[in-house]
Amino acid sequence: MKAPWLRRRGWLGLNGWTAGTIFIAALATVPIFAVVYLALTPTENIWPHLVSTVLGGYVTTTLILMLGVGLGTLLIGVGTAWLVTMCRFPGRRLFEWGMLLPMAMPAYIIAYVYTDILEFAGPMQAMLREIFGWSSKRDYWFPEIRSLGGAIAMMTLVLYPYVYLLARASFLEQSVGVFEASRSLGRGPWRSFFTVALPLARPGIVIGLSLVLMETLNDYGTVDFFAVNTFSLGIFDVWMNMNNVSGAAQLASVMLLFVAFLVFSERYARRKQRFHNTTSKFQALPGFQLSGGRGLAATFLCLAPVLLGFVLPTLVLLSYAQKHYEPELSGEILGHALNSMKLSVLAGAIAVLVAIIMAYSARIKGGKILLLASRVAAMGYAVPGAVLAVGVMIVLGNLDNGIDAIARENFGFSTGLIFSGTIAAVTFGYLVRFLALSLGTVEASLGKVTPSMDGASRSLGRGAFATMRYVHLPLIKGGVLTAVMLVFVDCMKELPMTVILQPFNFQTLATFVHQYASDEQLGDAALAALSIVGAGVVPVILLSLSIAKSRPGSRPGHEEGV
Amino acid sequence: MQGLHMVGIHHAYGAAKILNNISLTVPAGELVCLLGPSGCGKTTLLRIAAGLEQLQAGSVTIDEVVIAEGPAQLPPEERRIGYMFQDYALFPHLSVLDNVIFGLFRRDRRTARARALVMLDQVGMVPHAEKYPHMLSGGQQQRVALARALAPEPRLVLLDEPFSDLDTNMRARVRQQTLSVLKQNNVATLMVTHDPEEAMFMADRIKVLGDQGRILQSGRPADIYYKPADEYVARLFGPMNMIDGVVEQGGLKSSFGTMALEDSTAAEGSIVRVLIRPEGMILSNGGGDGGAPVDIISAHLLGDTSVVRFKVRNGINSGAEFHMRMSGAFDPTELGQIWARVDLRHAFQYPQNQ
Repeated sequence: MKAPWLRRRGWLGLNGWTAGTIFIAALATVPIFAVVYLALTPTENIWPHLVSTVLGGYVTTTLILMLGVGLGTLLIGVGTAWLVTMCRFPGRRLFEWGMLLPMAMPAYIIAYVYTDILEFAGPMQAMLREIFGWSSKRDYWFPEIRSLGGAIAMMTLVLYPYVYLLARASFLEQSVGVFEASRSLGRGPWRSFFTVALPLARPGIVIGLSLVLMETLNDYGTVDFFAVNTFSLGIFDVWMNMNNVSGAAQLASVMLLFVAFLVFSERYARRKQRFHNTTSKFQALPGFQLSGGRGLAATFLCLAPVLLGFVLPTLVLLSYAQKHYEPELSGEILGHALNSMKLSVLAGAIAVLVAIIMAYSARIKGGKILLLASRVAAMGYAVPGAVLAVGVMIVLGNLDNGIDAIARENFGFSTGLIFSGTIAAVTFGYLVRFLALSLGTVEASLGKVTPSMDGASRSLGRGAFATMRYVHLPLIKGGVLTAVMLVFVDCMKELPMTVILQPFNFQTLATFVHQYASDEQLGDAALAALSIVGAGVVPVILLSLSIAKSRPGSRPGHEEGV
Repeated sequence: MQGLHMVGIHHAYGAAKILNNISLTVPAGELVCLLGPSGCGKTTLLRIAAGLEQLQAGSVTIDEVVIAEGPAQLPPEERRIGYMFQDYALFPHLSVLDNVIFGLFRRDRRTARARALVMLDQVGMVPHAEKYPHMLSGGQQQRVALARALAPEPRLVLLDEPFSDLDTNMRARVRQQTLSVLKQNNVATLMVTHDPEEAMFMADRIKVLGDQGRILQSGRPADIYYKPADEYVARLFGPMNMIDGVVEQGGLKSSFGTMALEDSTAAEGSIVRVLIRPEGMILSNGGGDGGAPVDIISAHLLGDTSVVRFKVRNGINSGAEFHMRMSGAFDPTELGQIWARVDLRHAFQYPQNQ
């Protein structure tokens, strides 16, 4: 006798899960492909025009910016990571997590703050003029903050924590023995650092650097404010001012080449990293005692980036916020804050829901297709917001026109624009860009649930869905909350996509701050800027906690990747 | 017939074949043990029976209903199988009681609770019902896992290395208790282990699984021990002594005289390998039939037994080294010439093909 349902169903043919995953992956990549497609099939060929006019400038400026930020973050990130992990000096424990604080600060916000302080009319130059008796600009030289150099400085100050985080983790994972062997073989601490510790940490550092450069490419607020003509700005210019969609798509697809290179370096480094981790055993690091002047110098070196990248701008914003406080304006800001939160909560919740579906179906179904689907769906994290925004506009625009055409043909009325310029469009953009964040977090916490849990639940009679509901979800609750929060915070800070995609008469905190700062009214926007920074501090606290947990001597563990 | 039937199971991961034409039957109330080294595919067979692994070829039948055949299979949650995992897989977010109730969701809350308590009582865990898994010792976790697997009254119980995570002292006790709980519930049980002693203790019947996922021998524990089908099975129970004898006039000639030849078809003059268990050597200080004079190499007292190594002095196996176990202490210096004999119940003949 045969079980009657045997032919009808097989649990490995869970097609709902597979189809869902592939559908999500397709949705998440459509904007990227749309950009490439439109760039390759332009209605008017503006390539020659682009090449002869702006392209060269965009490429050079972007490359210099990347080079500068890359070098700057390397120097600060690796240097402080080394000091904090290998040396003992006053305040080291505090710096272990304190170094991360500038992560909470979006580059565009410190750009506004420093411009306010350092420009001609700002307090710094005023003070210098006062002291030295200069009267006009011609009397002295002062670095121009609204410049390529200024942009490099701003981004370096807030992006170095990525390098710091991964370099620190790499240094911690190295066997102390290797380093000590080098010293016992007659190499001094400096040479041992350059010949042993640094090469071993290289894969981790490269990952951190790739993330930094992706963020650099993504930046719009800073370069717009400083009028530094990078690709992001170029796309905005061609799109908004020249109203040329194909041109924007073409610029965006050139930018994608940069992105592809970064993604490749990151993947390559991650692959290598596995071989480089010689041991998983943490050992209390010996720590070079830096005494007296050298100890103070180390304290200063670590303190400077935190002060400049976080403490000082926050204090300035606080004082502005107090000075410019107006109940009426606060009401307006509250409205924008609610908009921001609405969008961010929506995006966070959907991103995590989608991540759970993808991660869980990959878990129960396995196989190359689902793995590929989740990798493809996560691609958006590397793609600059400006590029994605263009992609989303193209896709939704075509969708709207298609629906409109069908409606007019069949029902005789126009539907107009259904998706374009709505909250749905912004949310879709956020999802594409930040899905990787939630997916990574959910996958990591799901990975900690042993497969025998699934087996136990299934053999006790619960189906795939009930197993997820009663076993996995309770077990990964923490990870799910973290994922929601990470996406939420990044959406709160997001600027370029929001600027392009936001509905008419709709502002978020980020776009509000950007608009006011561009109009030289930072004071009025200080409260809003502070709110964004406040949200940004939350993941920094989470990271700090995980660092405290993985401190050598306590329980070994890896920090979550960024 | 009630119970589990697996017929012609093949399984491969890529090019690596790990189960090769496995067929087995576990009647209701019986415990069948799959014995084999780690990584030989034992666990995969359990997972196929449970529906956790996609069946590649063959069929699985429980209580005369085909539940998997080729690519078609019943999902694990509809098979009514109790699976006990090597790591127990207790749900860390549920109390002991809720773990056992987990599989009883089709009953109303009161009967489910009552049934769970009956099972916890059988394994002596009622006092710990409100605790969480991380508060329990390994042995206690094992007992909860057993109670949880048996609570929904499965038609078949699968045990994956159920005692491997327990320390030696605990193991004997838990083993005894597990066996009596299983017998009490009169359920068909398929268990896998790499520990021959465990298999001997638990099993009504043993199936020895060898390399490339082939069943080398099936039988009652005594058959496996006293009539191992080949050298591989014989060696499962620990290191063996080995001599080569020569077939001579229908007998098997070695340094230990002439033994009866088991395989009468073996050609005159051909070599037959004899494997002798350490307990199958007998030392004495007198010669006699089948005795061979030996030189003692070493003797170590291990407590209630001694391990003695010695070397045969004469004959065709001259120089061959042996080891044996004997009860009590052994002091060769007090004895004169020592002789060794073979206990034929512990000696197994394998003709060598040349």
